[in-house]
Amino acid sequence: MKPREIILSTTPSAEDIAQLRLGDIVYLDGLMYTAREGVYMRALEGKANIPMELPSESAANFHCSPAAAIREDGSFDLGAVTATASFRFAKWLPEWMAKTGAKLIVGKGGMSSKDYKEYFVPNGAVYLSTVGYGTGALLGRGVEKVEAVHWNEELGLAQAMWVIRCRKMGPFIVASDLDGNCLFERENEKISQNLSRVYEGTKPAVLKRFGETDDRSDELIG
Amino acid sequence: MISIELIQKTAETLMDKAAIEIPDDYLQGLKAAAKTEDGDLSSFVLDAMLQNYEAAKEDKRAMCGDTGTPRWYVKMGNETQIEGGPIALEAALRRATANRTNGLPLRPNRVHPLWRTDHDNNVGIGAPEIEYGYEPGGEWIDLITVHKGGLFGTDYRMLFPSDGIQGIKRFYLDSLVAFGKRGLACQPAIIGIGLGGCKDTCMVLGKRAACLRTVGSQNSDPKIAELEAELKELGNSIGMGAMGFVGKNMVIDCNIEVGYCHTGGMQMSVHAFCLSSRRAVARVFADGRVEYRTDPDWFTDYQRRETVEWEPAQIFEEVSA
Repeated sequence: MKPREIILSTTPSAEDIAQLRLGDIVYLDGLMYTAREGVYMRALEGKANIPMELPSESAANFHCSPAAAIREDGSFDLGAVTATASFRFAKWLPEWMAKTGAKLIVGKGGMSSKDYKEYFVPNGAVYLSTVGYGTGALLGRGVEKVEAVHWNEELGLAQAMWVIRCRKMGPFIVASDLDGNCLFERENEKISQNLSRVYEGTKPAVLKRFGETDDRSDELIG
Repeated sequence: MISIELIQKTAETLMDKAAIEIPDDYLQGLKAAAKTEDGDLSSFVLDAMLQNYEAAKEDKRAMCGDTGTPRWYVKMGNETQIEGGPIALEAALRRATANRTNGLPLRPNRVHPLWRTDHDNNVGIGAPEIEYGYEPGGEWIDLITVHKGGLFGTDYRMLFPSDGIQGIKRFYLDSLVAFGKRGLACQPAIIGIGLGGCKDTCMVLGKRAACLRTVGSQNSDPKIAELEAELKELGNSIGMGAMGFVGKNMVIDCNIEVGYCHTGGMQMSVHAFCLSSRRAVARVFADGRVEYRTDPDWFTDYQRRETVEWEPAQIFEEVSA
């Protein structure tokens, strides 16, 4: 069965978000900004003023650094766009969402259902995962224009806040819903049922390591 | 004498080629995988990746926004001389890396580990890595660039002879399952395994097995080649596919390289060269010819030699004749 495809605004209504189901394919229209550890630290820990009107301009936070350059004349050259793994940002996201009203967190690999239930659902937000990974060229095609780059001098190009205008940018996969369900955990659960058969005949290493688990349904994130 | 200007120009072309053009051996491997894939979501992902390679070529833009950590492998024939010597060579490769990071553009990924200083050009202390190899005879230099992701999919473990093949299989599965969940390893990948050496060389061997051998290649030791095939099948029987979704394809190919190790140990490293397995190669000759290819052809008989002296092939022929 082919997944369902949906075009979604980066300032989505509550109804737009409520209709999303795990595994739906989404294409985005509107403004999206990149923010990862550099921006979170500067805005939340450094208390710097966020240089955008959020969420009215954009409710979509992309965990991304584009392959891009700023030309000498100040224009932008943006090539490929690929997300970075989101689980590392759980420390800052609750405060960020409260402060910015972000409704779409876009990145790589999703978060845990615990994260979704604790602060995504109460904020009416969902997680969209990039595909691949990295459909960098396809996503790059979906960038109509770079509207601005903030904090590039302070944070460098990779950590800067890139504000991009998306036109049918995608594909993304809906990886959480408003019940706090997690697409990746659902898949993990199915795969875990097969693991003991795959491991049959292997044996634990004679020298153990700290923190070692033999429960392969465990995840290493979080 | 090989012109340094030609080396830099060739290196710049290689940076672009690696970033934009998926090597054909990996592409064919992924196409074959896509045909067998029956998980709905994994199939969607593989189809999207195949479209992505086309988009990159059409637009001449990088296939992946994460440039990884661009690096160089340099190999030369025994008679090779480079204009300006090895210092000029290293400067040329650093300039090529910086120029094409800004030119294409690529993502400037490289920062200081503590101060997070970013020169916005993928050059800094120890970056890009430049590693060397030599071959008997010839006046040529092979420039190989590899853009491999830098965060997930790699692990090392000190195993011991008593762990045996079953211990190797277990650590292999552990690495795939741990980094395969949620697709952190960006699988299906070329899995490189290093066995033996010391801890550092074990890591180097495994990385080279992933990045410097092609899909479909085999280790020259038939028993190791058998183990490669067995591990490929084992990895694809996990039931996990692209992005950690239910699927049949984790491993496009499995390459093993070995080095002699401490008598008490059996070091093992596992590396995943991802859905954007970016590598590009060129041989530059003293007469100015440049031949581009995608197979690094790194692991020659000379690189895998076991004896004290290297005896050129013709001497063997004379002896056997």
